[in-house]
Amino acid sequence: MSRPPRACIAGAFEHPLRDAPNATTTQLHYEVARGALDDAGLGFDDVDAYFCDGAVPGFGPLSMIDYMGLSNVRHADATELGGSTYIGHVGRAASLIAAGKCKVALITLAGRPRQRKEALMFAPAKGSGLTDGAPEAGFEHIYGGITVALYAAAAMRHMYAYGTTSEQLAWVKVAASHHAQWNERAFLRKLVTIEDVLKSRLISDPLHLLDCCVVTDGGGALVVVAPEVARSLKRPVIQVIGTAEAPGVQSGGRNVDLTRSAATITGPAAFAEAGVKPADIKYASIYDSFTITVLIQLEDLGFCEKGHGGRFVADGGLISGVGKLPVNTDGGGLCNNHPDNRGGMTKMIEAVRQLRGEAHPKVQVPNCDLALAHGTGGILGMRHSAATAILERTG
Amino acid sequence: MSEQQTQHAAFGRPIPAPPVSLETEEFWKRARDGRFAIKRCVSCQEAFWYPRAICPLCHSSETAWEDSPGTGTVYTYSIVRTFPTGPFAIGFVTLDEGPLVLTNFVDFAEGDLAIGKRVKVRFVATDNDGPPAPVFGPA
Repeated sequence: MSRPPRACIAGAFEHPLRDAPNATTTQLHYEVARGALDDAGLGFDDVDAYFCDGAVPGFGPLSMIDYMGLSNVRHADATELGGSTYIGHVGRAASLIAAGKCKVALITLAGRPRQRKEALMFAPAKGSGLTDGAPEAGFEHIYGGITVALYAAAAMRHMYAYGTTSEQLAWVKVAASHHAQWNERAFLRKLVTIEDVLKSRLISDPLHLLDCCVVTDGGGALVVVAPEVARSLKRPVIQVIGTAEAPGVQSGGRNVDLTRSAATITGPAAFAEAGVKPADIKYASIYDSFTITVLIQLEDLGFCEKGHGGRFVADGGLISGVGKLPVNTDGGGLCNNHPDNRGGMTKMIEAVRQLRGEAHPKVQVPNCDLALAHGTGGILGMRHSAATAILERTG
Repeated sequence: MSEQQTQHAAFGRPIPAPPVSLETEEFWKRARDGRFAIKRCVSCQEAFWYPRAICPLCHSSETAWEDSPGTGTVYTYSIVRTFPTGPFAIGFVTLDEGPLVLTNFVDFAEGDLAIGKRVKVRFVATDNDGPPAPVFGPA
C-alpha cells in the first residue's frame, strides 16, 4: 500500500517504578520525558509541542513546560479524556505535524495514586447553599458510583444480553498473567489460573479482585515526530497510519447501552484512515481497566461479532503464541502497570515495543509490522471516551 | 404521590447530602414533598435524565418539570461488596418515560435483585439534613 508519509513515534518510555514514595509527580513527568527523548535520540530543545492530561500539577501544561525548561514549545495542550488521553494525544500530535505546526511532540503521563491515603471518593456537598460543580453530581455521585461498580454493572448487562460468563472474563486476566511472568518490572508477575480469578473475593458483582487492574505510581512518555525527523533518527520508523477519538455520552439517558463503547465509532474510523482491517492487526494493546473492558472493546473494534467477546478471549485467545490475537504482552493494566489509574500510555508503549521487536522474546509477535492501541477513558457506558491508534512499521 | 420516606438506606449505606444547584433546586424541593420529578423538553417532548435547564436531545432551553410515578425496570445492577460502610446495590433503572437513571436499590433480599424486575421510587433521608434522595425498590 502506498500513502503519503505520516507522523511517526520515535520515542517511548515506561517509568520503571510502580511505587514512587520519594519523587514528586512533576519529577516523574520529567523522568519519563527524559527517557522518551533519550529513546528517540532527541533533546529537550527539540520539543516544539507538549501534551499532558488535565490533572497534571499546577496550571495545566504551563507548569510542566516551565518546570522542565522546554523553551521551544509552540503548541501546549492539556487534554482530558481520562485513561485514553495519551492515545488521543498521538492523533492530535499527528494532525498538528501533518498541518506543519510542529515537528517534535512530547506526551507525558505521571502520577502517584499509591501515595494517596484517602479512598478515591467524591467529596460530599458541604453546607446547605447552592453548588456550581459537575452538573450530574446530585444524581450520580451520591449513589456511590465508583468506577468498579459501574464497570461491574456493564459486565452484568453483558452477561444478561450475551450469555458471557465469569470464566470467560477470567481468561483476560489469565492471558495478562501469562505475559506478565516475563516482565521483570510487572507489579504482579504470578501466573494465575481461571480458578484463582473466580476464587478471588468479589469486589462488585460480577467482578472479582483479579478482574480489576493494579494501582501503581509511575508514568510514561511518547515522542511523536514528523516523518523527515523520524528518517534522520537511528530508531525503527513507526508510522501513525490511523487515529480516531470520540466521547461516548448518555444522550439524556435515552441512548445508553452499557454493553457498547465509543470504540464502535473510533474503530471503523481508524481502520478506514489506515486502510486496514481488524484481521490484519498482528498485535493489539487493549485497555484493561477491568476484564470486561477488554471484551467490550474487542467487540466494538470489530475483532469479533458483538456479544462474541467471551468466546474470543476464552482458551488463551489473547495469549501471544497461543491465541488468535496477542493482547497486552507487557501484562497490561491487570498485571504490569496502570500508572495514575490511566492506562492509555502503557498501551501505546507496548505497541511500539512490539513493532520494534523489543518486546520480551517470550511474548514478541513474529514479524510484527501492524499494531493497534485502544483505550476507554472515564466510565464505560456513561460519559466516557474512546481513542484508537493504528501503527505500522515501515522502516 | 404517596412514597413514604424511609430511614433505611440501601444495604445500610448512608447517602451523602446531594449537591443542589440553580438548575436542580426544584427537583430537591419536590423531593422534600415526596415527589419524584423528571424534566421534559417543551420543544421535542422527550423526557430526559439527569435534570438540567436545557434539553440534551434537541438543545432547546425550554424544558419543564413534571411529577413522575417513578416506575420502571432494572436495566442492570451490581452489589458493591467492599465499601467502608458495607455492601450496597447500585445500578440503572429504565423509567417508564424512557430515560435511564443511575440509582441505589433498596428493600431487595440478597438474590432477588435482577435485570428486568419492576421497581418503584422511594425516598431515603440523606446526611446532614440534605434533601431526601430517590432510590428504587420492588414495585
